[in-house]
Amino acid sequence: MDGKPHPNKDHRFRVLEATMKRHQYQPNSLIEVLHKAQELFGYLEQDVLLHIAHSLKLPPSQVYGVATFYHFFSLTPSGRHTCVVCMGTACFVKGAASLLSTVEQIAQIQTGETTRDGCLSLSTARCLGACGSAPAVVLDGQVVGYQTSEKLGQQVTQMMGHPQCKVAT
Amino acid sequence: MDLQELQTLAKREQEILSAPCIRCCTVGGCLSANALEVKKQIEVAISTQALTPPIQVRGVGCMGLCSRGPLVRLDPSGILYDQVTAESVPELVHACQETLQSNLPKELPNNTPLSLPQPSSYQPRHHPFFTLQHPIVLENSGHIDPKEIKEYMANKGYIALYQALYDMTPSEVIDQITQSGLRGRGGGGYPTGLKWSTVAKMPPGQKYVICNGDEGDPGAFMDRSVLESDPHRVLEGMAIAAYAVGANQGYIYIRGEYPLAINHLETALRQARKQGLLGSQIFESPFDFRIDIRIGAGAFVCGEETALMASIEGKRGLPHPRPPYPAESGLWGCPTLINNVETFANIAPIIRNGAEWFAGIGTDKSKGTKVFSLAGKIQNTGLIEVPMGTSLRQIVEQMGGGVLDGSAKAVQTGGPSGGCIPVHAFDTPVDYESLTRLGSIMGSGGMIVMDQATNMVDVARFFMEFCMEESCGKCVPCRAGTVQLHQLLTKICEGKARTDDLESLNQLCEMVKDTSLCGLGKSAPNPILSTLHFFKDEYLELMHNKASDDHHSS
Repeated sequence: MDGKPHPNKDHRFRVLEATMKRHQYQPNSLIEVLHKAQELFGYLEQDVLLHIAHSLKLPPSQVYGVATFYHFFSLTPSGRHTCVVCMGTACFVKGAASLLSTVEQIAQIQTGETTRDGCLSLSTARCLGACGSAPAVVLDGQVVGYQTSEKLGQQVTQMMGHPQCKVAT
Repeated sequence: MDLQELQTLAKREQEILSAPCIRCCTVGGCLSANALEVKKQIEVAISTQALTPPIQVRGVGCMGLCSRGPLVRLDPSGILYDQVTAESVPELVHACQETLQSNLPKELPNNTPLSLPQPSSYQPRHHPFFTLQHPIVLENSGHIDPKEIKEYMANKGYIALYQALYDMTPSEVIDQITQSGLRGRGGGGYPTGLKWSTVAKMPPGQKYVICNGDEGDPGAFMDRSVLESDPHRVLEGMAIAAYAVGANQGYIYIRGEYPLAINHLETALRQARKQGLLGSQIFESPFDFRIDIRIGAGAFVCGEETALMASIEGKRGLPHPRPPYPAESGLWGCPTLINNVETFANIAPIIRNGAEWFAGIGTDKSKGTKVFSLAGKIQNTGLIEVPMGTSLRQIVEQMGGGVLDGSAKAVQTGGPSGGCIPVHAFDTPVDYESLTRLGSIMGSGGMIVMDQATNMVDVARFFMEFCMEESCGKCVPCRAGTVQLHQLLTKICEGKARTDDLESLNQLCEMVKDTSLCGLGKSAPNPILSTLHFFKDEYLELMHNKASDDHHSS
């Protein structure tokens, strides 16, 4: 997801408020509201979840339950760069597992983690539906197909070599 | 909008569309192969040259052959150019110009033919990949701009809805669907007409129609392609269904992983509402029907209908036991009709052409066509639509052009709920019953080809890992059983298992299958059972081979 920080926090809450209002603060709009909140904030902070719970008149436990049930929602901030390796069957058959371990080795993190300096987040996707160009990877929101360990390794190294991203290893 | 208005609009648009045009695929696989840049370059090249005759440039939906993208087609000649790059655009435009002037297809010098070693035929569209297809669901795919309702109208769009509203009663619509023999394309194969009539028989009141676009099977991208390439077809199918069962509100539940499909659907909904084809008094009749989009948030179990409805209600996607079936008590306790994207995409052609026409295609018990996404270790990856009963061999060897290097070992159908069909059973006709007999299922239409290098035990473990992580955790057999099965398979892959572990594996599979609450758990053991049945020697080999190589432990 879009993890860009926003300078004006109040503005984001205003947009969120407008979304909830459009759904008439219906409790059944929870998932739509969470989608919007994650789009705005990059991840779901606890105070955002509480705010949503109060606005939609839902118990915080239910909001937390829904936010943690779905893979799409993240309760922790993601890194400046993201790498999502598709683990669909077509990609798996074409060697997605070795792509994943390549990135894990380079970034020294496990799948689902972010590097300590907040530079790169690594995750997997169930299937991107880009099976025609398997194995596929999403780098910073861009789907790139026909990946090899060498190609992907180079790109990830390049991302991490960015001046703002010096890996502490 | 009335019929005359619709026909006038359609006719005017048909004239515009019949002019020379370069159509560029701008969705799916082509998009990730830089198709937008190619389209832009073509537009620039055309606008800088004053061409006679003038050539239009349009972005269209999926043309099917995703692995050879970006695809570009010159109409009306129908010549297909594959693997177009921004650099080859000047050459392509020149070839198009010559073709239009001479009426003879002009070849691109470096345009290599589809999986043919020698450039004997440069025309991909003459390849069996295209010639063996029978497009019904995909009839407009790759021909119309999915963001233009007028282009859909020019291709008989919304005529079926008009026919249903003005020439047929709801029960006549249901009769047509029943007689057509259409069965649910989401995987189960339940007769669509029967499902519709169950909902229609419920007492009048609030009813819902849901389109299940939560295409969760890894390796399947049919629904994504239909929604991206021809969204109005699904809306029309839903509206006809709503008229037949007496619903006034619909939901399309679509995966959050498909942003382009969501975008195209939103555009389509806006346009349909504006034209009076959705909303209040559709076609100026008393029939009202609204559709809202609900975006999924990445949970495989939400493809299961009761879990999907929980998700629409804003809750965690937990399934509940059936009965009561959604047809009796579904969304918010109201009678609900829930069908797959492809099922709805079949409705308008059936109403337009009649049930008999549809029933004439396919096999005795499986009517019509099925869209498959052909992927894996195969030459031609992409989307195909074939009549039911086409053999796997035809699909894999002729249409798919065979395996990349080496030979095929199996085809996996039905995703994590399906099984692996070995090469010796490739002459099986693809229909609901034949695949079930082989221990697999039709599923939503993912078809993954595996070659000799693929380790089938590892494949079974891959699917079990998937089911283990996607289990919602509500019932014990699925929550705990999938973990145990995964552990057993890992043990086998690492060469630490003994032959009696195979017996436990088998027993546990049967137990999970028989006692789980919903389809996810019930079908989770299928990949193990089918590989155990057809590839038992691979399991046995790992029993004796203690020092299994490292790549299984990644």
